[in-house]
Order: sequence, then structure tokens, then C-alpha cells
Amino acid sequence: MNATAEQIHSETGKTPLVELRDISIAFGGIKAVDHASVDLYPGEVVGLLGHNGAGKSTLIKILSGAYPRDGGQIMINGEEAVINNPRDAKAYGIETIYQTLALADNVDAAANLFLGRELLTPWGTLDDAAMEAAARKVMGRLNPNFRRFKEPVKALSGGQRQSVAIARAILFNARILIMDEPTAALGPQETAQVGELIKQLKKEGIGIFLISHDIHDVFDLADRVTVMKNGQVVGHAKTTDVTKDEVLGMIILGKCPPGATPGPGAARL
Amino acid sequence: MNQMTQSSAGPGLVEEGPVKRFLRATEIDTRMLGMFFALLLIWIGFEVYGIVYNGNGAFLTYRNLWNLSVQTSSIAVMATGMVLIIVTRHIDLSVGSVLGITAMLMGVFQVWILPKYLGLGHPMIWVLTVLFGLAVGTAIGAFQGVLIAYMQIPSFIVTLGGLLVWRGAAWWVARGETISPVDANFALIGGGPYGSIGYWGTWFVAVIGCVAVALMLASGRRQRARFGFPLRPVWAEVVLAAISSALILAAAVIANGYYWPIGIVKQYAAAKNITLPEGGLEISHGFAIPVLIAAFVCIAMTFMATRTRFGRYVFAIGGNPEAAELAGINTKRMTMMIFALMGFLVGISATISSARLNSATNALGQFDELYVIAATVIGGTSLAGGLGTIYGAMLGAVVMQSLQSGMVLVGFDSAVQQMVVGGVLVVAVWLDTIYQRRVK
Repeated sequence: MNATAEQIHSETGKTPLVELRDISIAFGGIKAVDHASVDLYPGEVVGLLGHNGAGKSTLIKILSGAYPRDGGQIMINGEEAVINNPRDAKAYGIETIYQTLALADNVDAAANLFLGRELLTPWGTLDDAAMEAAARKVMGRLNPNFRRFKEPVKALSGGQRQSVAIARAILFNARILIMDEPTAALGPQETAQVGELIKQLKKEGIGIFLISHDIHDVFDLADRVTVMKNGQVVGHAKTTDVTKDEVLGMIILGKCPPGATPGPGAARL
Repeated sequence: MNQMTQSSAGPGLVEEGPVKRFLRATEIDTRMLGMFFALLLIWIGFEVYGIVYNGNGAFLTYRNLWNLSVQTSSIAVMATGMVLIIVTRHIDLSVGSVLGITAMLMGVFQVWILPKYLGLGHPMIWVLTVLFGLAVGTAIGAFQGVLIAYMQIPSFIVTLGGLLVWRGAAWWVARGETISPVDANFALIGGGPYGSIGYWGTWFVAVIGCVAVALMLASGRRQRARFGFPLRPVWAEVVLAAISSALILAAAVIANGYYWPIGIVKQYAAAKNITLPEGGLEISHGFAIPVLIAAFVCIAMTFMATRTRFGRYVFAIGGNPEAAELAGINTKRMTMMIFALMGFLVGISATISSARLNSATNALGQFDELYVIAATVIGGTSLAGGLGTIYGAMLGAVVMQSLQSGMVLVGFDSAVQQMVVGGVLVVAVWLDTIYQRRVK
């Protein structure tokens, strides 16, 4: 199954930033992810596509440490990584923007940005002023109109909340970024901003997993796509080698076009 | 900077009246202010009722207010811990019973066990007893916390069980015997003429308090200035400092206005070989030790809740437990520690209660859990989690205690007292929900 990586990147000879090998997880007898393998190279955007319940979010939650896997390996820079909880994942430079945003609604933006990694004064107390300053800086880059630093995030609009979640992920110099439906709550202008941001992060050599329902978004931003269906990988493809219709065929029918490398979930036709 | 403050108000900016502008500039919690006025209303209400029906308003006297402060301490200390528990969407129904067993064990420890080894009246007895009590309380809290966090039994059930188990255990320790009197030094923690810090001690503490308020405001301002954030106008800072200082100094005047009862003065004079002057000797009580303990706990817990990681995580867990977990917070360990902290505070309250009573009985702390929860909720802590303040709970405790001792003072019978307290709890929470909706 690692053939994909070798086929596509054999010319470069680089080791992948992340390699998920044969990952499986079952919830009460349902195989949510069934022997799935995906990889990601530095400065690359890989789009993960599939229906609701195809296993994209679950697969990604295993990488971010939110779910314990039943089987398979996670390789970071060619070495096996031990990821048992979200703290482990963050130690490897893996940051995640969850579909649910995972914000503590009752505290302000700065507190959310630094949740679990608060800045402290020399006396060991919270350095709220420094955190607010950093928050103003990073939010200024993402959403220059954002001013509501003193309010609990539950008072913010959907787009503002989403920019807080995105800011949190990029604040800590992530090497691997997981974006689960990052633009779901955003208007067209903000979506374009996120697109710009992704291109910028790519240039910095960050690897990005982009999970989306919106196939157009993915084609605009991703270098490769991996399609999942019923917990299995249908196939991998470079976005330049396949058409949107072919990818739709992968998503809906599990049909692998000639330009793609089939996975275990590909329909035998 | 000007631009920031302007735009942060958002769209639909309306012209504000002077009251609104004052509140915005000083950033005073309006909910808090409402509670403060409600408290004043209760106080004045009892005073007026006393004057009209009994001929004398006994409520607003130095003596009553001093007593009120001492009576509130035990509940207030526990209420600060209950805030953290309720903020994280848990409940602790066992605090009254844990207080009972802890007080009983402390009683046995200092009356039956320690004198055997150290001799009666040894100066270390009270120290060891307090440490022992704090350890017992913390251990019981941690044990219940483990059941809740790691074995995932709902806190309502664990502490409901605890309510029965620890009350039974409190009886069982000494087969229902009352253990009395406690160690003489230990008894000072409960207050009383000797358990207060006197005239000069009180002024000393009050002045330190005022200086601390001023320093805190100044350092907060410096912190924000460091990054060029919008600041409160200087007049607002000055007003805040003045109000806080006035409250502290008023408390000192009240505490010093209550003199020792004549019997105690005579005893004291005889012991010290002083001849009583004409017209008697006026010795001020000053702040009682349990009140100072409660004030210290309030400050320490506020600091912990607002200035430390621990406190930040408590609120984050209350706001969204899943997000807290995904942010890498060890929520199970946090839950366990919050219950252990609650147990520690119950240990402090057990010390205050049994010292004040000068004895340990197996009924000590009965129904305290209800008063503690009521004080916390009246103080603005939301049972849905994520919201609450320590000072609110302290004020809630004062409100509860004012109602109780006020009704005793004006001569309501105990059946009516219960009905009023229960009714007030429900009405207070109802008013709060209305207020919350208005704010939104």
C-alpha cells in the first residue's frame, strides 16, 4: 500500500512527513476506519474526501491523538511515533482544527488560543497581557477586523469563532496541520483568506491534511487527494491527474479512474 | 488605542447615560452590584422589622454584624470550593457529612489521643490537629474524586453516597458521643473574644488590605500598559480603589465597635491584675480569626481561579470538556484534584465549626451541603457549568447567613425560617435567569 508514496514521490526520494500505515479503529463492531494508509510530504496539501461517515474525521482524530487506534502505525519523518493522546500529537508538531472547533465557549479568544499551553509570568501565574498581545498579532494576520478580545468566544460569530480555531493551530509553529472542514462556517471573503493562508503555510514547508466536502475547494488547494468510502481508502491521486468528475466517481461509487492509485476500498468493476 | 476601545463596543453603539458609563469605565460586575444592594436591603429590612415589631432593631448593631461574620465563615470557605466543582459541571452533596466526620476525627485526635503523648494543653496540639484535619478532609475529597474521575461514577451519586456514609461514620467514630472541650488553643480558631485580633491588629490588617488593593490595581494597569492595550480611565481606577478601601475600613470599624462582654472583661482584668476603671474597660474584639481565615481563603481561591493554569483549566473544562481534553488538558486528573481541594476546604471549615462550638458532635455540619450549594448558586455560579466567581459565592454565603440569623433575631420560628430560605433560593435563581437573558 505504500506503493502510492513510492510511485508518486520516487522521483524526489524524500521521506514523508507523516505516514499513516494500515490504521484501523472499530466502534462497537463497526469498522470506522479499516486498514487505511495515507501519507503527507512537507509543503504539501493532501485533501481527504468522502461522504459523511466515510471515516475521514476518525482517521484524522487518530493522528491528532483524540482516538486510540486499534491497529496500524504512525510514522513521523520515517520514524514510528507514539501518539496516545492530544498532548503527544502536539509534541510532534501536529495541530488540528476540528470540525466542531473545540473551543471553550465561556473564555475569551486569547485563553482559547493558549489553552493547555498558557504563557506564564516568572512567578508562574498566567500572563494574560502577553497572551492577549500574541492573540492580537495572530488574529490580525487572519482576521484584521477582529476586535472582541475581551468577550467569551460564545459571543462571537461563526466566522470569528472559526478564525480563533485556525489561529490556535498556526500559533505554535505546527509542522503538520490537520484542517477538518476549516471553511464550513465562513463567508466567501474569509474562505478566500483561509485559502491564502494555506498557500502561505505550504510555502513554509508545513504539511496539511485538508478534509472537506467541497470538492472545488479541495481541487483549488490540494496537491493530492485521498478518497475514503466506508472506512476504506478508495484511492490516491494527484489533482493534476484526475478530473473533478472522476473524483466524484471515487467518492460516490468507489470507482478508481486510471489516473489514480487504487486502495483496498476501490470497487472491483 | 482609542480606536480599539471604540470599535470593541461593536455595531449599534447607543448613547450611554452616566451610570452606564461609570459601570463600563470601572468594569464593575453589575450582577455583583445587584447582589450587594439586595444584601443591604435584607439588612435594612430586618432592622426596620425589628424596630416596628420588637421595639428595637437588633440587626444593624456592631455585635450582630460581628457575629454574622463569624457565622458565615465556615459556609463561605466551603462555597469557594463548590464554585470550582459546579463550574466543572459536578456537584458535591457530601460536604456537610465530610465536615462531620473530619471534625469528629479531629476531636478524638486532640482530646483522646494527643494529650496521652504530649500532655494536656501542649502548644503543639492545635497545630497537629489542624494538619490532621486538613489531611483527612483532603484524603476523603481525593478518594471521592478518584471514584468520579477515573471510575466515572457520576458525582451526584458518589457524593450522595458520601452524604450517608460519612455521616454514619461520624457517629461511629465515637458511638455518638460529644467530644468536648477541645484544646484551648484550637478553640481560638472559632473566634470569640480571645479568638479575635483586637483593636490595633484589626487596623493593621485593614491598612494592609487597602495597600494591597492599590498595588493590585496599579500592577494590573502596568501589565496592560506594557502591551499598549486600552486602559481604564485613571478616575475609574481611583474610584475603584476608594470604594474597596472604604469597604475594608468600614469592616474594621464595625469589628472594632463590638466590645468584649462585661463578664469576659472582668475575668480578663482579674487574670491580669488590672483594676477596672470607672465605667468599665472597653476592649474591642476586632476581626475574628475565622473571618480572617475565610477572607484569606477567598483571596487565595480567587487568585487560583483567575491567575493560574489550574483555574483556567477549571473554567475551560466547564465550558467544553471535550475541547479541554483535545487541548491536552488531563481532565480526569483535574477533576480528582478539584474534589481533593474541596475536601481540603471542608477540613478548614471543620476546624472553624468545631472550634466555634468548642466540641465535636456527630451532627456537626448537617445540612451544610445545602447551604453551601445555595450560597454558590445565589452567588452566580451556573449549574450548567462554566460560569461562576469566588467572591460571588462568598457574598452568597453572607446573604444566606443574613437571612438565617436575621430571622432568628426578629423571632421567626424555625419552620418559617426554612420556608423563607428555600423560597429565597428559588426566587434568587429566577431573578438571575431573567438578568442573564436581559444581558444577552
